[in-house]
Amino acid sequence: MNTFLQVTIDGILNGMIYALVASGLSLTWGVMDVINFAHGEFLMAAMYLTYWLAFYGGVDPLVAWVAAGLFGFMLGWLVFRLVVVHCLDKTPMAALLATFGLSMMLKNGCLYLFSPNYRVLSGTWLEGKKIIAGSLVIPLPQLVTSIFALLMVSALYLLLRKTRLGWAIQATSMDREAAELMGIDTRWILTLVFALSGACVGVAGGLMPMYLAVHPEVGSLFSLIAFLIVAMGGFGSMIGAFFAALLIGLVESYAGFYAAPVLKYVAVFSLYLVVVQWRPKGLFGW
Amino acid sequence: MTNNETGRKIILSVKDVLAGYDQVPVLFGVSIDVSQGELIAIVGSNGAGKSTLMRVIAGLMKPSGGVVEFLDRDVTNIPAHKKVPLGISYVPEGRRLFPKLTVCENLELGAYVENERSEISRRLEEVFSLFPILKDRAGQTAETMSGGEQQMCAIARGMMSKPKLLMIDEVSLGLMPSMVEKVLDALVQINRGGTTIIIVEQMVQEALEIAHRGYVVQTGKIVLSGKSQVLLDSEEVRRAYMGM
Repeated sequence: MNTFLQVTIDGILNGMIYALVASGLSLTWGVMDVINFAHGEFLMAAMYLTYWLAFYGGVDPLVAWVAAGLFGFMLGWLVFRLVVVHCLDKTPMAALLATFGLSMMLKNGCLYLFSPNYRVLSGTWLEGKKIIAGSLVIPLPQLVTSIFALLMVSALYLLLRKTRLGWAIQATSMDREAAELMGIDTRWILTLVFALSGACVGVAGGLMPMYLAVHPEVGSLFSLIAFLIVAMGGFGSMIGAFFAALLIGLVESYAGFYAAPVLKYVAVFSLYLVVVQWRPKGLFGW
Repeated sequence: MTNNETGRKIILSVKDVLAGYDQVPVLFGVSIDVSQGELIAIVGSNGAGKSTLMRVIAGLMKPSGGVVEFLDRDVTNIPAHKKVPLGISYVPEGRRLFPKLTVCENLELGAYVENERSEISRRLEEVFSLFPILKDRAGQTAETMSGGEQQMCAIARGMMSKPKLLMIDEVSLGLMPSMVEKVLDALVQINRGGTTIIIVEQMVQEALEIAHRGYVVQTGKIVLSGKSQVLLDSEEVRRAYMGM
């Protein structure tokens, strides 16, 4: 029973982080129908930023996440203004291919600059710290990252549902022309959404080097899982993405422990196949 | 500028506007003038270019020629979202409410350019007194309402920016006759409150009956214009649009 609880906790912790990465993707995909293939590379870039800030500047990730979040925000803003804006109102393939190219550039740029080495941060404030309750062990770096993720996702959700800016974002996603007629500068809204999406992965990437090695390929798996979560949760549904992320975190954890670690992604992707068979538009899709 | 006939201030002046979609011209030099406080009907059959004209005025489309002046200012190339603060509000064809947002959220977005909270509440009260049904529906999503209620909501949303000029496209589309009458009555009431209104209609008689003046659009040109009563009595209008 205790093992089960432990495996469940691990799954939830992971699921929260997936939720944050996926909510950024859900924003751009759901609001502007742009598939940002470079989403995972935004995460990777933010992780490198934190890593180097800690390595050279001695800044702990618990502080550096602010910089990483801002970096993600600015990266999103720039990428929208320089790349994505030219793809709007064209075939969906345009944005997909453009951001795919961008992801290649970022990945190979980091490979060239930083080598493919796995870089692990040591000496962070929370390193090795854990909460022990009976036979349960909760590692603090993961717990703190998950709590941050939960806070970010909740803040994003409240922003979308309870504020005028959030309604304007939703309106832009539902009917861009009608939104313009309300006096909403939809181009600015779309830029902001892309920047917010970048900020989500920025914060995630800012904290994750506390317990995860940084390397040029680190974004790929997260990005793949984020795509899966958004599709499984239902496009544009933040709630859907959140529950799908938790579900995937749990399934990954259970399969990894009770079956075999090599099977955890087999289980995750099989689950996805089952869900879309049963609900093609995702769990919370329209 | 003032209009010679009415002696009132002209607030909207459209001169020789040319416009079209992807090489297909729709408007061939359209000119209209609208004075402060008027209720204008723009009528004509489907595909005549009425909505295109509205889209040009609202800023959703750039004309390929001609000028649009609003309150003595050239607004021809100003995009739609910057025209709202100037006082132009356009309720597009098909209502275009935000389906997954509540009635209240839709209305709030109508006042997006207003930042004063108390002013927004005051306007909400105003549109609720005009369309009491919306108050009962405030918390439900726009898509769950009937066609007539949606049209009221769309007009109310258009009023929330407190426009100087309210343009309403195909107000009668998909509504049952009793509802059309109700909605048109509301427009007359809004107009009496001082808001200048342009309605675009295929239901020629109903529209001209409530308007002060009208323009008849045919294949991208104004073919007739004048006082509503004159248009209603004219042989051409009766034959072409009322089947008489």
